[in-house]
Amino acid sequence: MAENQQNIIDLRNIVVTFDDELVLKGINLSIKDKEFVTLLGPSGCGKTTTLRIIAGFVTPDEGDVIFEGKRINDVPPYKRQVNTIFQRYALFPHLNVYENIAFGLRIKKTPEKEIKQKVNEMLELVNLREFQKRNVNSLSGGQQQRVAIARALINRPKVLLLDEPLAALDLKLRKEMQIELMKIQKSLGITFVYVTHDQEEALTMSDTVVVMNQGEIQQIGTPEDIYNEPKNAFVADFIGESNIFHGIMLEDKLVNIQNHVFRCVDTGFKHNEPIDAVIRPEDVRIHEPEEGDITGRVESVIFKGVHYEIVVNVNNFKWLIHTTKYQEPGDEVGLSVYPQDIHIMKKSRVKKYSDDDSPSINEEEL
Amino acid sequence: MYKKVASLPYLIWMLIFIIVPLLFVAYYAFTTPNGSFTFDNIIQVKEHIYVLFRSIWLGLVATFVCLLLGYPMGYIIANSTNSKQRTMVLLTMLPMWMNFLLRTYAWMTILENNGILNSFLELIGIGKVRIINTSGAVVLGMVYNFIPFMIMPIYSIMTKIDKRIIEAAEDLGANRVQVFYRIILPLSLPGVISGITMVFVPAVSTFVISRMLGGGELLIGDVIEMQFLGSTYNPYMGAALALVLMVLVFICMAVMNEFDDGESEAIMI
Repeated sequence: MAENQQNIIDLRNIVVTFDDELVLKGINLSIKDKEFVTLLGPSGCGKTTTLRIIAGFVTPDEGDVIFEGKRINDVPPYKRQVNTIFQRYALFPHLNVYENIAFGLRIKKTPEKEIKQKVNEMLELVNLREFQKRNVNSLSGGQQQRVAIARALINRPKVLLLDEPLAALDLKLRKEMQIELMKIQKSLGITFVYVTHDQEEALTMSDTVVVMNQGEIQQIGTPEDIYNEPKNAFVADFIGESNIFHGIMLEDKLVNIQNHVFRCVDTGFKHNEPIDAVIRPEDVRIHEPEEGDITGRVESVIFKGVHYEIVVNVNNFKWLIHTTKYQEPGDEVGLSVYPQDIHIMKKSRVKKYSDDDSPSINEEEL
Repeated sequence: MYKKVASLPYLIWMLIFIIVPLLFVAYYAFTTPNGSFTFDNIIQVKEHIYVLFRSIWLGLVATFVCLLLGYPMGYIIANSTNSKQRTMVLLTMLPMWMNFLLRTYAWMTILENNGILNSFLELIGIGKVRIINTSGAVVLGMVYNFIPFMIMPIYSIMTKIDKRIIEAAEDLGANRVQVFYRIILPLSLPGVISGITMVFVPAVSTFVISRMLGGGELLIGDVIEMQFLGSTYNPYMGAALALVLMVLVFICMAVMNEFDDGESEAIMI
């Protein structure tokens, strides 16, 4: 197929079971050359397993793993042109920094001179020149991370797989490393497949985000798509914070939410079809009681730095609102939403939210 | 402070039962029966130099055979499923639940000229082979009795090797053989060293195996025993022999640890 020419990796209908448990239920995913793809989802969603399939550590029960147009299901890891940065790095404890990085080249019996030159290049790239003789166990988490990056990149893989590489680092260091990894990806022109459960990290770094849950892909799209047009309630809830409502689609561009008819921009639903409606906290506007579409009472106000996080109770449904304007708890306020900020989604098969009539405030994993 | 108090009983124990007896051995080694200082006992050890080196040689051979058999065994156990691991560890240890003398005696009946093994060899037409009362039989006895001490530390260090480190090596292009030589072997070396120590030390100084399986050819352990219990009663000589043997073993171990140093540091963390 001609379209596969530009895809470096194709996963076709991948099914994996561990001990009779279905871990991946038919994954279809295409990754383009030089793309930064992030697999995002809660723990146990199958994202790491997907990564390990590409690396070759897991053989799928069904489906094809295609690399540059060739089926590689049966190619062992050491023959694949991909390298991995492991969770908690998995550095070789008996080798120093220099030898850890040189490992891939030594395996290939590269001449000593070339090894030296390439390792030095890598040490330069990850800013570890003075550390080359150090024992890897004496390094900080951030430094070990850099060794892991250098070790994986020295073979110049076509695809670099990263399994939650920054999970063990503190917030500030993580932000720095995010930027550094993005720079490295751009400058070396390598395809990155990045696994994380941190939605902010996914949105910041990726060209494409793949949201997974319970062994299935929920949505594939650019960070903007995923955030602005979540396909279902799970994605909406997982990516950022949201208010998720049951609603009924009255007709095209008209939706009933909490017994109030809102104008929206979605079309193509059946008459009176039950739907999920998602409204982002920052898209709700607060007015005087008489000016809003619906009214409610301010229940709590929390100062978050950039904004206030306000909970407004409207007929026992708690709206989560981000605003820069302070509101007094107990006050009556009016709320309104622009039509384009109401996202209508088909009822998802994920039952988690369907019977729960309160907003699901996402615990951010930061 | 609390730590110091807690360790006190052990320190006293070690003082009474290890340090003091060692001092006694040293004292006797340098004394004549009437209590005066002498080097004669130590000098006399040279009369037993052949037995001494034969003991060390057979100990080394037995240790080497244990390593050859025990390393793959430790590797296999460590890479089995949990339930299999438990069974195999149990089977490794099971012979040790039986009395040491009994085990060695059992080997006598197997290896004898008219024993089980020779009957079998005769049956399949090879004919009798002299096995008992050879150095080979002694080495066999040592290997049989001490191999658990080789398998266990190797097995235990193998289970501690992080699977992800092996995956990382495969990921970087190492095939199974390369993974073994570059990762598993160096990381398991501390286990090998302690296995060698735990087999070599008792093998060198053993005194029952050689007498039961080795015929007349004695090992240094037997000679030392005779100084205390035999007809040639001479505890001063026995102490001197024990001391020399101890120093030689100590030197062997020091050489070993020299090899070990670089590798084990990395594992400690």
